[in-house]
Amino acid sequence: MTTPVSVSLVVNGVRHELELPARRLLSDALRHDLRLTGTHVGCEHGVCGACTVLVDGRPMRSCLLFAVSLDGAEITTVEGCQAPDGGMGPVQQAFHECHALQCGFCTPGFITTITAYLDDNPDPTRDEAREAISGNLCRCTGYVNIVSAVERAAELIGDRPGTGGA
Amino acid sequence: MTTRMVGEPVKRVEDPRLVTGNGRYLDDLGHDALEVAFVRSPHAHARVVDVDVTDALDVDGLVGIYTYEDLVADQERHGTSVAEPLPLLIPHPTLTQGRTQHALAADEVNYVGEAIVMVVATDRYVAEDVVERIRVDYEFLPAVVGVEAARAAEHLVHPDVPGNVAARMVQETGDADAAIDAAPHSLELDLAIERSASMPMEGKGVLAKWDADDRSLTVHTSTQTSTSVRQAIAAKLALPVDRVEVITPDVGGGFGVKIVHPWPEEVLVPWAACRLGRPVKWTEDRREHFVSSAHERGQLHRVRVGYDDEGRLLGLSVRFWHDHGAYIPYGLIVPIITSTQLLGPYKPGVYRVEFESLYTNTVIVTPYRGAGRPQGCFVMERTLDAIAADLGLDRADVRERNFIQPDEMPFDQGLIFQDGRPLIYDSGDFPASLKKIKDLVGWDDFEAYRDRARAEGRRVGIGLACYVEGTGVGPYEGGHIRVETDGTVVVSTGLTTQGQGHQTMLAQIVADELGVPFERVRVTTGDTRRFKYAVGTFASRTAVMSGSAVAMTARAVRQKALRIAATALEAAVEDLEIVDGHVRVRGTGESAAAQIDLGAVAVLSNPLRYAFDDAAKRATQFASPADPDKPPVEEGESPGLESSQFYSPPRSTFANGMHAVVVETDPDTADIRVLRYCVVHDCGTLINPMIVEGQIHGGVAQGVGGALYERMEYAPDGQLLNASFMDFLMPYASEVPEVEIDHLVTPSPLNPLGVKGAGEAGVIPGAAAIAAAIEDAEGISIRRMPISPSELFHLRERAETAEKESR
Repeated sequence: MTTPVSVSLVVNGVRHELELPARRLLSDALRHDLRLTGTHVGCEHGVCGACTVLVDGRPMRSCLLFAVSLDGAEITTVEGCQAPDGGMGPVQQAFHECHALQCGFCTPGFITTITAYLDDNPDPTRDEAREAISGNLCRCTGYVNIVSAVERAAELIGDRPGTGGA
Repeated sequence: MTTRMVGEPVKRVEDPRLVTGNGRYLDDLGHDALEVAFVRSPHAHARVVDVDVTDALDVDGLVGIYTYEDLVADQERHGTSVAEPLPLLIPHPTLTQGRTQHALAADEVNYVGEAIVMVVATDRYVAEDVVERIRVDYEFLPAVVGVEAARAAEHLVHPDVPGNVAARMVQETGDADAAIDAAPHSLELDLAIERSASMPMEGKGVLAKWDADDRSLTVHTSTQTSTSVRQAIAAKLALPVDRVEVITPDVGGGFGVKIVHPWPEEVLVPWAACRLGRPVKWTEDRREHFVSSAHERGQLHRVRVGYDDEGRLLGLSVRFWHDHGAYIPYGLIVPIITSTQLLGPYKPGVYRVEFESLYTNTVIVTPYRGAGRPQGCFVMERTLDAIAADLGLDRADVRERNFIQPDEMPFDQGLIFQDGRPLIYDSGDFPASLKKIKDLVGWDDFEAYRDRARAEGRRVGIGLACYVEGTGVGPYEGGHIRVETDGTVVVSTGLTTQGQGHQTMLAQIVADELGVPFERVRVTTGDTRRFKYAVGTFASRTAVMSGSAVAMTARAVRQKALRIAATALEAAVEDLEIVDGHVRVRGTGESAAAQIDLGAVAVLSNPLRYAFDDAAKRATQFASPADPDKPPVEEGESPGLESSQFYSPPRSTFANGMHAVVVETDPDTADIRVLRYCVVHDCGTLINPMIVEGQIHGGVAQGVGGALYERMEYAPDGQLLNASFMDFLMPYASEVPEVEIDHLVTPSPLNPLGVKGAGEAGVIPGAAAIAAAIEDAEGISIRRMPISPSELFHLRERAETAEKESR
């Protein structure tokens, strides 16, 4: 019905050449065309934040973006927030340690959001950590342990060799 | 020595998969399946006159369009019952006017969102294109919206249901009205709670694959009960049950809404897959979840209470009206729970409760975490606060005087609970819990804090609310455990999981009971290929029911392992122990010469003819000498180191708790802020305190949401005005306070672990405690929840006007 459009996306460091209908959402392209199903769709109207991915390092709601509008963009999904060895990355590790997830459906959006936040704010206070996650909805945890996970992730990143520490 | 796992805050085994994006939720499956979208009614009450699909037929990618007439034709041709109304899941003798919906509307729609046409297409985009091109003609009927309109019954939801009343139910322990009339003091109160909803982050979803060669159907569904969905699909599609399997993938939250089944889509999607011979998937979007799943909480209550000079209850009479929406598939569970659990930790004197369950032209009402208890708790706690205010007594003192005492356990409230069994509390120490919550929140020092706040121009208040929660409802759950020849312990239970950490919690129990390392235990839930008999995950029942069942199963496997090992080690069973996955003679320690690991026991348990791998070699007929006079599998035994056991308790076990809240209200804007939220919780033995506290945190957030933000805004014509996350205000982190928790442990005497359920507790007293704190801050009676700043502002204005008029 609609002529497919060529688009080139670099997702988690891997370049993909895709032919997509112009109306295909980035969330659907990631999930169903690239089979990166870690990005979740909770509302499809940009409010819940579950679909948050990093576009050129900035957190954006993939349910509100057309994939074809991102030609050449670098996209990081929750799968790209893993450690180089394929284990849990620091934010993911912090979620595990702090029991910051229950059903896990909203978690990918928190992981990407917090990853970007800690890049700019490596040492947040607890109030700042709470503010940082206040654009994402979670129905399970009551957020208490997610706030703790932001603090813990900051510690883990600060302790990483080569980052200088805080 | 193996560390005991039960009681430890063990990190969850679920996490590494879920945090790295490797979970598999419903829409993560079936990428190549056909996809479904529905034409749903935009009107609350109408007759469907005509469905015109002419404009839709030439959409590229369309596979099929189905209406009720297609279901009727299928029924005639294939002997299915897809055109019959969906089942009424929980019948009750008082539910004399039960009505359930058709999978696709027959000739009338009764709420905005009711499915009329199913479209199957190559993907969801195309399916929605088709939906937009289908025209439905309606003949409008007057909509009945809200309890008042339903009671007035000027219009009827179902023409054959007089007064819109599905059921009227009374329970009483004596002549409550006489007791109230004879009491030195009495009060009457009207109390209301509005609609909210479970609102899991993942909506519902169904994926079905029909294998025509094998004549078998495999269904994945985001449900809280895979075993019952399996039975329902087989019944609806007239398939032998053994040709249907239902698998619950990772589920992105449930909170009650996914216990309802079969949803129309759980019938229609498998049906379409069978008829088309291709995989078919439906993933619910957020708007669909708002208008075509389920809501809860909406009730109006009228209370009469009689009490003595000390505030002791002498008689309590409650009438309430429950709005169950357009249909009543889940029966009377919610109002029955309200009517019984309302009593909380108190002795009410003589009690009478009467409710009517009413039809309205709105989305159906089925349990949402708490399931009628938040309303009951709100009613009882507001009543006790009103008594304290009337007599000028401390609110905590009034509660304490009405408590059931520890030496009165088990305590029979003289009512029938939601499981059809007597409402008998098994455990709890309410005076001890009250002392803990008063200490935790600083109840006795609050006046000093209030004075300091006042001096700074701030307005603060404190509230308290107590509840008792019947958990671990029957009839049963089961477990299956098999030890593999490599020593892996494979555990299955039929009930499902939606984020409660069941795999971790059940593995802790099995590790302890069997004597194996926690890391060797693998747990599967909610997969009917693995375990066929289960009820489901609801009523805070997994730890109690499946926890007990797997504990019993592990004990049976342990006994079998000991019997086999006793022969192999030439020792008496009584002299053996299992430590770290090894069976050895007690007292010989780790260096024991004679020991055998459970993997080897598993090999010996299964005498073999064929050596398909190295482990199997040891169990073949020439591998070792055997007693030639005994059969290889002894009488009464079966091959394999495995067992399956079921736990079926006589009745529910009752958890309890108390919440205390400090709020601040803005003197100008009437903004309401929760400053402190304190919880004392008694769920008996804690299996994993980290997971229990997580459950409390989540419940509290939903309690805060229900008290201050969440409500379903229905217009009088039945349109849901706020069916999006933009407009339905679910709390973000900025709205939820830190939670301070203390535990009291009074183990349940009813089950082998001493546990009581913990899943729902956090949400129950939220509205009651926050209403009490706002009332305390403002000096204005709070009788309806949720409450917004603008409502509080208007209550202030009204109170000021009333004060001026009375001067």
